[in-house]
Amino acid sequence: MNRKISGKVFIFGDNIDTDQIYPGRYLELTAKADIASHCMEGARPGFANEIEKGDIIVAGKNFGCGSSREHAAITLKEAGVSAVVAESFARIFFRNAINLGIPVIICKDIRNGIREGEVLEIDLSTGQLKNQNTGNVFQGEGLSDFLLGILESGGIKPLFKAKYGN
Amino acid sequence: MHALEKILAKKASKELVKAGDIVTCEVDLAEINDLYLQVVESFYEMGGKKVWDPNKVTFVFDHYAPAPTIKSAANHKEMREFAKKHNISLLFDINEGVCHQVMPEAGLVYPGMLLVATDSHTTTHGAFGAFGTGVGATDLACILISGKLWFRVPEVMKIEITGKLKPGVLPKDVILHILGKLGTEAAVYKAVEFTGDTVKDMDIAGRMVLCNMTVEMGAKTSYIAPDEKTLVYLKSKGVDIENLEIPVTDSDYKYSDVYKFDVSNLSPQVAIPHSVDNTVPVQDVRGTKVDQVFIGSCTGGRLEDIQWAYKVLKGKRINKSTRLVIIPASKAVYLEAIKRGYVEALINAGATFTAPGCGPCLGTHQGILAPGEVCVTATNRNFPGRMGSTSANIYLASPATAAACALTGKIVSPQEYITEEA
Repeated sequence: MNRKISGKVFIFGDNIDTDQIYPGRYLELTAKADIASHCMEGARPGFANEIEKGDIIVAGKNFGCGSSREHAAITLKEAGVSAVVAESFARIFFRNAINLGIPVIICKDIRNGIREGEVLEIDLSTGQLKNQNTGNVFQGEGLSDFLLGILESGGIKPLFKAKYGN
Repeated sequence: MHALEKILAKKASKELVKAGDIVTCEVDLAEINDLYLQVVESFYEMGGKKVWDPNKVTFVFDHYAPAPTIKSAANHKEMREFAKKHNISLLFDINEGVCHQVMPEAGLVYPGMLLVATDSHTTTHGAFGAFGTGVGATDLACILISGKLWFRVPEVMKIEITGKLKPGVLPKDVILHILGKLGTEAAVYKAVEFTGDTVKDMDIAGRMVLCNMTVEMGAKTSYIAPDEKTLVYLKSKGVDIENLEIPVTDSDYKYSDVYKFDVSNLSPQVAIPHSVDNTVPVQDVRGTKVDQVFIGSCTGGRLEDIQWAYKVLKGKRINKSTRLVIIPASKAVYLEAIKRGYVEALINAGATFTAPGCGPCLGTHQGILAPGEVCVTATNRNFPGRMGSTSANIYLASPATAAACALTGKIVSPQEYITEEA
């Protein structure tokens, strides 16, 4: 994968839990397109229609707290979210996102420096973030080689398939 | 090293591990609940053919028990077929209850083990000295194929709780109070250990409540050092306690944080909408009208919780404008509650009982909330939309407080309504 990505930003608040990312009443769904159609429905109804492929979610602290549901990561991936930048992440969501190949970047100052609709550029290895509209630069936490390795393989599934699948 | 580090070290075949290390560990038990047919799908997507060890895998059908929709029924069917095909005999079907109650009751949980499940509340098993942690479906599928999973060794935070609880103040009030003080982010990526006289005096059910809710402060796992009470419980469930290797924390281990709470003057607490750490004394919201009360789940559906409802409601009637849903956390809990007369007394008081399982805790079925309704619940999360409509208001409380709210139809402290020692 490209270690530099950029996309239009959607802004969310603190403690966006997995029930807001993907409400529990849809947990029985298994088809990826169905799961994508409820993306962020508990936080912003209609978001699944607003988002375009490659867009980036920016949020406050503790993004993805709550349930272990992988649906929360699946819905973002299938709806086209290319990365999530937040002040902090809940750990199970963080694992699920990396496993599915979604870059997740921790940056404490991000919400002070970007507004909804502006374009954010992310350097995954250094964690450097740039607001392409204003030129402002922020330092987030770069991903370790271990996690970058999973992302660059397209997530944990291709890695496992190569190792155990034959 | 901490006992939890010793567990990871042993499972990774290493002499020593420290916080921050990434280690690959052998898993002792992998549990899959019925929300995640995705586990089966990821297993096949990754080229899985054979489950590494069918005796170390268990399915528990609890979130949709019994199936409320055609789709969830079809998911159950596919999981049963997967279990059969791969010789997984530990399948707890829709008649058994919530995974975090069912597994210890079945004698599957013991000190020193590494238990990984597709459920965030797997932290509960710290009450038995196990390393229990929740993961997503694909991580679990990786375990099914390889028997292993990678972990970052967590820092350990110590929470020392002292003081004798006042009558009507429960372990749930203690953990809500702690969450209110420390916040939902306090333990992200960390483990939480509970110590102190209050914990020592608590029964196993109370310790499970503390450990269960550490995930609401972000914890990866939790821990209470096993003692005589733990061993008595484990033995009663058929665990071979004579041959357990119980890891012990080294005396020179340095905790990342230490917090102390004196709970001797604590009053009943409630977490008001929409965050688990919005904790206030019940008295601060006294009088708020309540539409539904729920007593159940991996947090508040044990025998002790139903016993509290019985103490408050025996021989009385719930308020006519309030509904009371009670769901025992397991078949064993249900049977014992029937035997002791709690179920009959509570049904006569106006309660609705449904089959053991997670019920409306996560908004799937069996008592979900209408727009604008207020629910007082003995469960674990009050996120917007968690139990149904996003405009419903969820208040987290102890089962005693919940029962008192059902009795009066408004938020009140249970302390004035506890009339009988059951």
